Amino acid sequence: MLEIKNLHASVEDKQILKGINLSVSSGEVHAVMGPNGSGKSTLAQVIAGRDTFEVTAGSVTYLGKDLLELAPEERACEGIFLAFQYPVEIPGVSNLYFLRAAVNAARKHRGEDELDAIDFMATAKKKMASLGMDNQMVSRAVNVGFSGGEKKRNEIFQMALLEPKLAILDETDSGLDIDALKTVADGVNALRGPERAIVVVTHYQRLLNYIVPDFVHVLADGKVVRSGDKSLALELEDKGYGWLGNGARPELAVRA
Amino acid sequence: MPAVTEELSTYLDIFGSRAERRRAEPDWLVERRNRGMQQFAEQGFPTTKHEEYRYTNLAPIAKTPFRIADGGTVTLDDLAPFLYNGIKGDRLVFVNGQFSRPLSNVADLKASVTTTGLLLADNPAVIAPHLARYSTERNNPLAALNSALFSDGAVVRIPEHTAWDAPVHLVFVSTADAPDTVTHPRVLVIAGRDSEASVIETHCGIGDTPYWTNAVTEIVAADNARLDHYRLQQETLSAFHTSLVEIHQGRDANVTTHSVSFGGALVRNDVEVVLEDENSECTMNGLYAINGRQHVDNRTCVDHTMPHCTSHQLYKGVLDGYARGVFGGKIIVRPDAQKTDAFQSNKNLLLSENADVNTKPQLEIDANDVKCSHGATIGQIDDEAAFYLRSRGLGESEARSLLTYAFAADLLERMKFAPVCDRFESLLMAKLVQQRASKP
Repeated sequence: MLEIKNLHASVEDKQILKGINLSVSSGEVHAVMGPNGSGKSTLAQVIAGRDTFEVTAGSVTYLGKDLLELAPEERACEGIFLAFQYPVEIPGVSNLYFLRAAVNAARKHRGEDELDAIDFMATAKKKMASLGMDNQMVSRAVNVGFSGGEKKRNEIFQMALLEPKLAILDETDSGLDIDALKTVADGVNALRGPERAIVVVTHYQRLLNYIVPDFVHVLADGKVVRSGDKSLALELEDKGYGWLGNGARPELAVRA
Repeated sequence: MPAVTEELSTYLDIFGSRAERRRAEPDWLVERRNRGMQQFAEQGFPTTKHEEYRYTNLAPIAKTPFRIADGGTVTLDDLAPFLYNGIKGDRLVFVNGQFSRPLSNVADLKASVTTTGLLLADNPAVIAPHLARYSTERNNPLAALNSALFSDGAVVRIPEHTAWDAPVHLVFVSTADAPDTVTHPRVLVIAGRDSEASVIETHCGIGDTPYWTNAVTEIVAADNARLDHYRLQQETLSAFHTSLVEIHQGRDANVTTHSVSFGGALVRNDVEVVLEDENSECTMNGLYAINGRQHVDNRTCVDHTMPHCTSHQLYKGVLDGYARGVFGGKIIVRPDAQKTDAFQSNKNLLLSENADVNTKPQLEIDANDVKCSHGATIGQIDDEAAFYLRSRGLGESEARSLLTYAFAADLLERMKFAPVCDRFESLLMAKLVQQRASKP
């Protein structure tokens, strides 16, 4: 589904990604871990199309298409979803309007009829109930005055509505209490299926107790330095990142 | 300086030629007109040397010998973009400064909504205490010129203990059939004790030659009156527009004035509010959306003279192209005005790197137990917010439009008549699209 080869990206001449290789197939859940500043969030944002980062080398292929050629909105309509590490507050735009616009953009792209406000509300209410969300959250402005946990729930709510093919969660678990963490995990697990793939970017192993990954990758200094199965995450929890050293180990960068 | 004399002589001549007409007017009005002309003749057009006009150069107005507009024909179809079918209520239409009976819609012109001309003829005592009294006490030469030269205007009297459901709509339209004409629209609103009403003023144009609108509105809100006032400026892009809104509030009076500026090439709006008695409250909302080479300058001044009064100002601007916005806001708190609560904010969204804003808040506080705050911001579309929307599938221009709408949304939503709010929401969107389309 997603094939990243030798991806280099920089921001203001500072090289952040220094040759990422990663392959994600349908039906898989990948965890990307690594210390602060290793390039995890940059990788997530480059896949979503943030133009702050300049891709200087390498390629990203998504469902046979050159992903880097697509605008962020085209990527979204093609089924890529990024749950933001820091969801943006947008005063003046109601969550409901925003969510419907997002769902309808994807529907329009697929050649389907757009949902009117009543149909959309019916769909939204079902998803909200399953995520244990407060009804009031949809009538408020996007993320304005939301607690940290509410913002993350709102991301998962959007994901549930948009039903992406490839979902990338950028530190969605950071700072969450156990209830919110379970909501996030339930949302992700509900989406799991043979035709979808999920990439979970996380700093902590705890989330992986609830979302069990098929593969775990460790990023350090802009490269994948280790790849393995879920036991790698436990090893990291025990030993921290120090034992990986700073040097990249290219032979481990490609998934076995 | 000879140039100045020449600039003024046009208006002195017009004033002189109207001596006959003034003979039919009551003494108090003639006296105020004379004073107005004298003030204007002494001060002339403000220049950028005046601190309060530092960023707004009125020379294009001063240099043009404007003739008083007259005649002109307008149909209801021409006015459609400025009228609101969804709103019931009296409507007075003034074409090139003259009241038009056929275009207006008033049940009984002699009652509460009428023209200055009719009221002067029938019952001058009603307006004598107010008309042109406040504005000529101001040091505002353009308002003084209006006092000297205005002919037709609107008078809205809301009787004591009366609440009106429907707003009164006053429409001042310039046809600009011939270049370089001027109108001096005049509005007087007398809100009686314990009354409640809404007044909408529309200032618009339909021609394409340059013209000048020099308007004055005086609002007197008696004790416990509630008034919602709208000033919708939709002049053509060739127009000059200068205005003064002067508001005097009694005890427990509550006035909201909305100033919307979408039109005009060169615009200067002054709002002067005097809170004359305790527990008076004034809200000033301003929204300007300009592009091309439009220049809009809003200046407000709130004078807190008594204790326990509140004032809120929120002015927001959306500027694209080479547009220039200016905001100057002053809050005065007199020694007696303890427990004043005054708030002022000016926020600007620049959609183009060539657009420009100058904003200057001013506080003069002579009381010690008050709550006053002010702030100003100038920003651009938040890239992160735009990316967030795009990452959810919204196109780039859709994301920009939505964020621009969101910026102005709180001011649009404060306009309590849905048709007015909807009209300006779509005008705002149209303005954005127009600007995008004209870019390479």
